[in-house]
Amino acid sequence: MPLMYYLGLSAFMFTIGILGVLLRRNPLVVFMALELMFNAANLAFVAFAAFHKVLDGEIFVFFVITTAAAEVAIGLALIIAIFRTKHSVDIDQMSELKG
Amino acid sequence: MSALQWVFIIASLITVGAAVMMVASHRMMHAALWLAVALLGVAVIFVTLEASFFAVVQLLVYIGAILILIVFAIMLTQRSTEAGSRLNSLAWGAAGVAGVIWTALTYVFIRWVVSGTPMQELGASFDDVVLLGKALVDAEGFAVPFEVASVLLLAALIGAVYIAFERKGEGS
Amino acid sequence: MDAGLFWEWVIKSLIIVLMLTAGFAYATLYERRVIARIQVRIGPNRAGPFGLLQPVADGIKLIFKEELTPAGADKVLFFLAPIITVLPSLVITAVVPWGDTVVIGGRVIRLYLTDINVGILYILAVASISVYGIVLAGWASNNKYALLGGLRSTAQMISYELALGLSFVGPILLAGSLSLMDIINAQKHLWFVVLQPAAFLLYFLASLAEVNRAPFDMPEAEQELTAGYHAEYSGMKFALFFMAEYIKMIAVAMIGASLFLGGFMGPFVDRFPWLGPVYLFLKVAVWLFVMIWLRATLPRIRYDRLMQLGWKVMFPLGLLNAVVTAFVVVLVGG
Repeated sequence: MPLMYYLGLSAFMFTIGILGVLLRRNPLVVFMALELMFNAANLAFVAFAAFHKVLDGEIFVFFVITTAAAEVAIGLALIIAIFRTKHSVDIDQMSELKG
Repeated sequence: MSALQWVFIIASLITVGAAVMMVASHRMMHAALWLAVALLGVAVIFVTLEASFFAVVQLLVYIGAILILIVFAIMLTQRSTEAGSRLNSLAWGAAGVAGVIWTALTYVFIRWVVSGTPMQELGASFDDVVLLGKALVDAEGFAVPFEVASVLLLAALIGAVYIAFERKGEGS
Repeated sequence: MDAGLFWEWVIKSLIIVLMLTAGFAYATLYERRVIARIQVRIGPNRAGPFGLLQPVADGIKLIFKEELTPAGADKVLFFLAPIITVLPSLVITAVVPWGDTVVIGGRVIRLYLTDINVGILYILAVASISVYGIVLAGWASNNKYALLGGLRSTAQMISYELALGLSFVGPILLAGSLSLMDIINAQKHLWFVVLQPAAFLLYFLASLAEVNRAPFDMPEAEQELTAGYHAEYSGMKFALFFMAEYIKMIAVAMIGASLFLGGFMGPFVDRFPWLGPVYLFLKVAVWLFVMIWLRATLPRIRYDRLMQLGWKVMFPLGLLNAVVTAFVVVLVGG
């Protein structure tokens, strides 16, 4: 199967992720769209690794997944903290630095 | 067409459809579930790439841990989620930006000669788990990034607990 | 793909699913009879000889029950939640071998569905997915007791998954492989329960929490949450939750027997490969008996104690066990 298929799918997923990040106002949906973008990148990495028979791409995916886990833990903690003080989770209201 | 190609086509259609539904759905919980379907589709595509380790890790970490955390957050912030499904005020600009990025990505991929050639079949003896495990703890390989990643996870753990911890006498 | 191989695969999958559903039916009877004996009662003995038709009677009763969907429930998710709960419990045993190879009509047939090289990770991954059904059931019911039950069980299951994963590390290190077949073959002479008693204990407790059995059946704490996440379910949808719980019990027993008790290994299994499934069945029956015995004996522990046990006792113990095992494996040169 040509590498192109995988890359095309990856590009499409990435674009949908960008749309989700830019369009939606709820930070949780933005988070999910971010995960989709991470996954699109992972897909491209794994496809390249399989294509070139080099493991480096897969190792990069390993670290991407680790970073994504750390990012989600911190991000969700922030959302919960913001929800606790403001009683809403709307991105447009998260414009102040002082809580 | 071979069975592998059919699997790829079906999995990628499901993935793309679920991703679109995720961005479009109005209820938060539905968006999370559509994302789960999309991630599952990507796991199947990893299997077609003979990366079984990453297919399983995709299930374990993305669907089993990250998405569960998001579902948890949706449940905890339920009061505001029903109203929070409106679109951004700059919707058309956002769509334009996404369109430009997609065109650019596709242009790069099509112009690139290498991407049209079919992939070689990996041999049955290609055991990526052993190679991956060895590369991750090899001092010549990726031992240092591996340790740094573990420190990063620890820092994220402590940071998340610190941020989300409700301090007494403060806040509401 | 070889057509014969394909049909072999289909037939084996069917057999596994049928065995698990039949196992579910008779596990309920087994549990009721054993608990009755422990409580000096007789238990169900009217339907058929020794009450053997009792599961059929229960099933017919549940089919004819009225199906209720609460007002304000998310209808699609309310319908999907029981299915999402049952599916992982059915597919999780796909990597557990129930024997070596046998010859039927000149054809060598392997007595396992598949032996992927990441078998243990597959088990963990599918176990982590099974949380979804419970969360969704709690959320879609539009009932605060159900929601609380769902939240509680999610927190419980993802906390105990850590201990579960760490308990797998011991056998993996000793066998040097992530494939269950290799792990079972490594136990030909000595079961891992002898070499890894701490990991065995961790696995046993964590798996009890993972399948929501007493004394960790917090999501179903009747006194506090009416019935937890399935409070609003009735009829066949309720039966599916019930089915998932018992199939998960069987799956957990099968996986535990394979990891620590030698799986299908036993005397003379080399010469008579058909003994493999029999040994596995006996080990599962004993494992289930212990689970039922615990349910009849121990009270439910408090929720904060449950979380403390998971995070402050079992998690560090699992880490310690992994480190010690790794050191010993390196020193001995295994």
